[in-house]
Amino acid sequence: MQQQAEHIQSAHCENGVVVNLLRDHGLAFMNEPLAFGIGSGLFYIHLPVLKLNNGPAITFRTMPGAIFKRSCRLLDVDYVSRRFSQPAAAEAYLDKLLEQGRRVGCQVGVFNLSYLPVEYRFHFNAHNIVVLGKEQGVYRISDTVMEAPVTLSAPELLKARYAQGLYAPKGHVYYVDAASRREKTDEALLQKAVQRGIKRNVRDMLYIPGAFAGVSGIKYTGKKIEKWREQLGLKKAGRYLGHIVRMQEEIGTGGGGFRFLYAAFLEQAADLLQSEKLSLASDDFTRAGDLWRQSAVLMAGVFKGRHTGQERFNEIAALFYEISDIEKQGFQRLAKVKWKEGK
Amino acid sequence: MKKEEVPQDASALQGYTRELCYVKDEDGKFVTSLSSGWEVKAQALEHAWDEVEEQLEEARTLVRVGKRSPLYFFMKKNLMNLSILSNYSGFGRILVWFHLRPLGYRFLGAKGWARYAEAFNCSVEDLKNHKL
Repeated sequence: MQQQAEHIQSAHCENGVVVNLLRDHGLAFMNEPLAFGIGSGLFYIHLPVLKLNNGPAITFRTMPGAIFKRSCRLLDVDYVSRRFSQPAAAEAYLDKLLEQGRRVGCQVGVFNLSYLPVEYRFHFNAHNIVVLGKEQGVYRISDTVMEAPVTLSAPELLKARYAQGLYAPKGHVYYVDAASRREKTDEALLQKAVQRGIKRNVRDMLYIPGAFAGVSGIKYTGKKIEKWREQLGLKKAGRYLGHIVRMQEEIGTGGGGFRFLYAAFLEQAADLLQSEKLSLASDDFTRAGDLWRQSAVLMAGVFKGRHTGQERFNEIAALFYEISDIEKQGFQRLAKVKWKEGK
Repeated sequence: MKKEEVPQDASALQGYTRELCYVKDEDGKFVTSLSSGWEVKAQALEHAWDEVEEQLEEARTLVRVGKRSPLYFFMKKNLMNLSILSNYSGFGRILVWFHLRPLGYRFLGAKGWARYAEAFNCSVEDLKNHKL
């Protein structure tokens, strides 16, 4: 068995962990876009009323933890996932796994991670890392958004694993079950997994009921933005836009609110399944990603106080409408793909 | 985004890491590329911290005029809100609400101090000899 590299860098933390764990499990073909696509990672929801860190509750991706679960299920890999009420038990369990030579995925809060720049350490609890080993009370860790592996002392890691607030990890650990390892993964399984990943994503984005989720959710946000200047005043509106920019572009998204990542996945899927429609859809999402970035530039203009007129808000909203249409078109293309019948 | 368009602006990541981006190369295929940061994002982050700074200033005033206890300032400084502080300290929300007021603050015992010190990652002395 060939030892897989201990550390890989990825754009999004959870994808990176999935790739790291699955490669180690013998699925050497895994890469980040594949993990993201098979796990149906793309999503959009703008929850009305609810506020997060004094900003609108918007997300560009699916629930934390879902990408790992779906990828494993579709690739026929068994996994174990556990949380603990007692921190001591969580630490002992992790140490036992590391002694067996496993790599373990761990959900942590960002606030207490000393290797990240202070500016990024908000109370955000859905960060994922791979713990590689423990030597003399110090954990070797592969945080996939970092260029190089890092270390954390035992108390530091425990504190991060018991971060509090929304999505509190409660010592959450997960790993793949070595018993489900197979000698060879067949092409058919991968094709099937990719198809099912896409199908699920089409369902999540096109057919989810309600006006504030999926592609129609992007329009919903656009409509809100048009009114923000009047409703909230310039200061608060600027703050909200800044919040959107951070959710959309900050480290961990691969830029453009995960759209480039999904486009990269569709490009691979097009090669794998020999489908013209998929590569067309890939272009759609690349364009959507570019527009997202463009909208970020406009939004920055507002909260930096350069261009703050109502017409600027309308422009941003117009971009959101356009993005919504493009993504809708992309997913409709995907919905029409005639899948080869697998077993 | 094309490969040559990857922004290489100054950001808070400098000296820590660079982030991975998915971009198109000359042949229109996706490749990965490293970015040191993007001005727009750096501004958004800075904006968020300006807001934190504003809230801290507000908290200082509230503590000085005796509307809130010093714990309130520490809470804001650690970017927490009442419910996060309640989770970290193990006190119920109503009790935390009480401790955040000058009257409740006076009722804090040794155990309470220790719990809040742990929640804020500092020693009890630091908490007692607070500097606003």
